[in-house]
Amino acid sequence: MWGSHPMTLYILRRVFGFLVTLLIAAAVIFLLLDLLPGDPARFILGINATPEAVAALRLQMGLDDPAIVRFSNWLFGMLRGDFGLSQTQKLPVAGLIAERMSVTLPLTLFAMVISVAIGLPLGILAARHRGKLIDTALMVLAQTGVAIPNFWFGMLLTLLFAVTLRWLPPGGFTPWNEDAWASLRGLVLPSLALALPQAAILARVMRTALVDVSTQDFIRTARAKGMTFGEALWRHGVRNALLPVLTILGLQFAFLIAGTIIVENVFYLPGLGRLIFTAISERDLVLVRSATIILVLVVSFTMLVVDLAYGLVDPRLRERRI
Amino acid sequence: MSWRNMLKHPGLVIGLSATVLFAILALLSLIWTPYPIADISIARRFATPGPEHWLGTDQLGRDMLSLIMSGTLTSFTVGAMAVLIGAGIGVPLGLAAAIYGGPVEWVVLRFSDLAFAFPAVVIAILIATLMGPGASNAVIAIGIFNVPVFAQVARGGALAISTLDFVAAARLAGLSRPMIALRHLLPNIASLIIVQGTIQLSLGILAEAGLSYIGLGTQPPATSLGLMLRDAQSLFLIHPWLSLAPGLAIVVIVIALNIAGDGLRDALDPRLRNRGLANVAG
Repeated sequence: MWGSHPMTLYILRRVFGFLVTLLIAAAVIFLLLDLLPGDPARFILGINATPEAVAALRLQMGLDDPAIVRFSNWLFGMLRGDFGLSQTQKLPVAGLIAERMSVTLPLTLFAMVISVAIGLPLGILAARHRGKLIDTALMVLAQTGVAIPNFWFGMLLTLLFAVTLRWLPPGGFTPWNEDAWASLRGLVLPSLALALPQAAILARVMRTALVDVSTQDFIRTARAKGMTFGEALWRHGVRNALLPVLTILGLQFAFLIAGTIIVENVFYLPGLGRLIFTAISERDLVLVRSATIILVLVVSFTMLVVDLAYGLVDPRLRERRI
Repeated sequence: MSWRNMLKHPGLVIGLSATVLFAILALLSLIWTPYPIADISIARRFATPGPEHWLGTDQLGRDMLSLIMSGTLTSFTVGAMAVLIGAGIGVPLGLAAAIYGGPVEWVVLRFSDLAFAFPAVVIAILIATLMGPGASNAVIAIGIFNVPVFAQVARGGALAISTLDFVAAARLAGLSRPMIALRHLLPNIASLIIVQGTIQLSLGILAEAGLSYIGLGTQPPATSLGLMLRDAQSLFLIHPWLSLAPGLAIVVIVIALNIAGDGLRDALDPRLRNRGLANVAG
């Protein structure tokens, strides 16, 4: 299968599209931040710095090079894993971002797992009992879940589980190497806050996909062979309904990682968001630039993986150009 | 669509009525609020809901009902302007992709990919670095986020319709491709765009709340529902009401819009029932 021509072509075309997207995204980010008025060197040195000192720092930071040189320096630096030096903290940006990712990434993954674990079974349950009370109840619940802002839900969870019941900490984060159990406990409420609105979306998509599939001939055939509706749906329906769900899952990962930037505020977590906000207020352009391209990279890489998985599961798609 | 037809869809009636009610409250805040929004009075701060202040007062003694009315206006305005930007750019792009195909389509699709790679919060971060935070920041960020959504809906709808006989007839009659798009495709995909607009409006209101909450959206002294939640952040453990009222307002508005959107979809095109349009919160 892997050697066959259309699939290889499909993968190549997708990977090429991904790289082009990434290159243009990098150019957009670079250009936008380059347009920024004001001199980063002067900003770092303060208003009392001598013009000579500013000129020296500009030279050291390579600010006098033409834009295209600075852009390619940035690009090739990133390829080597060198994301530059934070202008205000004087530390490698890669290290700073990696440190914050140790909060942001587990949070995103936990949220993803929770939303799948809740959303898919509920969606299947609703489709299985389509039109009955349980279906209506679940869909009303999902309609509400979709409308709840994740950060506000985080506030509600804090009120209930941290303040009233005192089961979990209201916020803050213990580093993993100090007390992994405490770190884990610190991430429970944030990941629930992120996950539940997404679970509501997932349940709706799963139900819709399964309802669509349930009118197909192969379900009728399975019923004719003596399976109950539930068995037929479970054995043949779910697998076919998973395709649209897969697309949504890819999108959700992207939204979850962007969502952590908002939700970590509720719980005072030292994630990527906090790093970026400090960078914005201190005008640390190198840091903003690298942090945003990493977010874009994660999002478009997820889309690529989804597309490839889609092509692998559904041979019809490989032929299409879209 | 006739009124009788509309009444057959209770979801549409309920959702639309609730949306209109909130919109009227929001517009009313332009000329009248129970108390002036800038009216700060430390003496009556943290009042619980009562006959004088229906929804209580905040940490500065401002009337919460007045703030919510004014905040709702901001949320609606930001969401609606973002929809206008998204549809204004996205629909022509999608139509162009559908009628010209080839390189034009390729460029539009790649542009869609590119725009999808930038979550609204990332665009907001870039704009905030560039121009400082503000409500217009949120409008642009959410607007850009809306563009590929509308482009895809318009392209998909136009492709489905362009195989129909009347389009071929128009072409035989010698109409140019832009004219066909304008006269025949656009009116036929209008319902799709309106439905998607409702969904994007509700997503936009959620996104505005998120951006204002982290300080990248609406700035004081203006107010929005998200900004009220930001103000409540350091106080809600002691005064939960400060976060409950604006949060509930967001939830009810978004539910109303979503129900209206679902009802509209059923009413305008029964074939689309259970089809679930792109509805992913961002």
